[in-house]
Amino acid sequence: MSLKLPIYLDNSATTKIDPRVLDKMMPFLTEEFGNPASRSHSFGWTTDKAVEHAREQVASAVGADSKEIIWTSGATESINLALKGAASFYQDRGRHLITIKTEHKATLDTMRELERTGFEVTYLTPETNGLIDLSKLASAIRVDTILISVMYVNNEIGVIQDIEAIGSLCREKNIIFHVDAAQAIGKIDFSLEKLPVDLMSFSAHKCYGPKGVGALYVRRRPRIRLLAQIHGGGHERGFRSGTLPTHQIVGMGEAFEIAKTDISKELPRIKKLRDNLLTGLQSIEEIYVNGDMKHRVPHNLNVSFNYVEGESLIMAIKDIAVSSGSACTSASLEPSYVLRAIGRNDELAHSSIRFSLSRFTTEEEIEYTVRLLNDKVAKLRDLSPLWEMFKDGIDVSSYEWQEHGERDIILHN
Amino acid sequence: MSYSNKVIDHYEHPRNVGALNKDDPSVGTGMVGAPACGDVMKLQIKVSDSGIIEDAKFKTYGCGSAIASSSLVTEWLKGKNLDEAQMIKNSQIAEELELPPVKIHCSVLAEDAIKAAVANYRSKH
Repeated sequence: MSLKLPIYLDNSATTKIDPRVLDKMMPFLTEEFGNPASRSHSFGWTTDKAVEHAREQVASAVGADSKEIIWTSGATESINLALKGAASFYQDRGRHLITIKTEHKATLDTMRELERTGFEVTYLTPETNGLIDLSKLASAIRVDTILISVMYVNNEIGVIQDIEAIGSLCREKNIIFHVDAAQAIGKIDFSLEKLPVDLMSFSAHKCYGPKGVGALYVRRRPRIRLLAQIHGGGHERGFRSGTLPTHQIVGMGEAFEIAKTDISKELPRIKKLRDNLLTGLQSIEEIYVNGDMKHRVPHNLNVSFNYVEGESLIMAIKDIAVSSGSACTSASLEPSYVLRAIGRNDELAHSSIRFSLSRFTTEEEIEYTVRLLNDKVAKLRDLSPLWEMFKDGIDVSSYEWQEHGERDIILHN
Repeated sequence: MSYSNKVIDHYEHPRNVGALNKDDPSVGTGMVGAPACGDVMKLQIKVSDSGIIEDAKFKTYGCGSAIASSSLVTEWLKGKNLDEAQMIKNSQIAEELELPPVKIHCSVLAEDAIKAAVANYRSKH
């Protein structure tokens, strides 16, 4: 079998739509175009039925009741609705919120916005393995804490937080618990029947569904209330107005059902590929795995290559599509805030690569990736004065680097 | 980041990668930048008795533009005397490599590396 380049290993950014999902969607882009809110004719009845079937599929994949699922445009909107909706509804109880520094920007930026409107937010620093120390979370809780938001699976380093323990703590303290589960579907088998979670955000395109659709789980027992953020028409029982995109919803339903059905056979296969990748990279000296390896989804591997600069590494491995913690690949010109929060220095944050695997990743692709990384890292290190210093036994971090101003003075002496 | 063909050529086929003996009196070594800033260049020149740069080597930790800038100056330095070497300006490097504005600092660093190597050589004589 011939290998098709570039190889896609950026599945935490988005996944390829599963052909089975696309098949279910197609009729709703052609013949079945009715508005599910149209109650007066069969066009609307058909699409309404499809939307409710998808709602059942999503609900059953996560162990919820279909009445607890609200359609949104994606996890970002779900998170906005959960955090802003709950904070504003429950603000009379208190105005303190807690989250983690390594959360997705959808959570962090929403928290910043809530701070602007008068809420106080504590941003907890995780341990160096990326996980939360429960006792530190417990001591951050105040009498006026109304909501805690934690992601199930980190998008950069793939670590899995102990949602059950955090949820139990929240229950005990009567605090609303929101979980961003965008990266968890198809990767962790969980049920909201058992997990003490009040609000949970989902996305379709991270698990082989279409972009532009997501959902928010809102627990009914005990009942969680939200103030709607989007108004106009009262769709989704007033939680989220706007005409429902039937084709995308149908796609999300199918994607979630497949995720639930296939997870037990998919996880061992993907774990084996990920472990092959790690073993293959471990022949390279001075590499650092970012994030805990035990509490981690098998789809993710995040590695820093010391003494190699991030952007030139990305240029060197353009045959594979991956993400980097390097500033040069982000819009913000900052190295990964997630890696900085777990205590990685700038250099290691810059030289990190996130490999994220999918159900479509093959053994050949992983073998190619291992060879490519071994070759290119060696080539860049031949070019690197820092690698030369390291090999000569000079400690690069304690070496006195001359900053611009100082150097000018020395030169003109 | 879209790079010019010249940057990609220097990046994929860097010229004069390597090291000269820094203790040799005929060798000048300049190391500029800092790892925390994302760029470190080490540039070395070997100067003949008649004051001509007869060899130049570099090693660079940095992005594609930084590697290309240092590779390019090793080509330019050979055959020049020290005064001519010091006349190389970052703007010439940036122009030759068609560096985008956000990468101008790479050419500045390459100019600094030349000055540092020349200063180091002169300090030995």
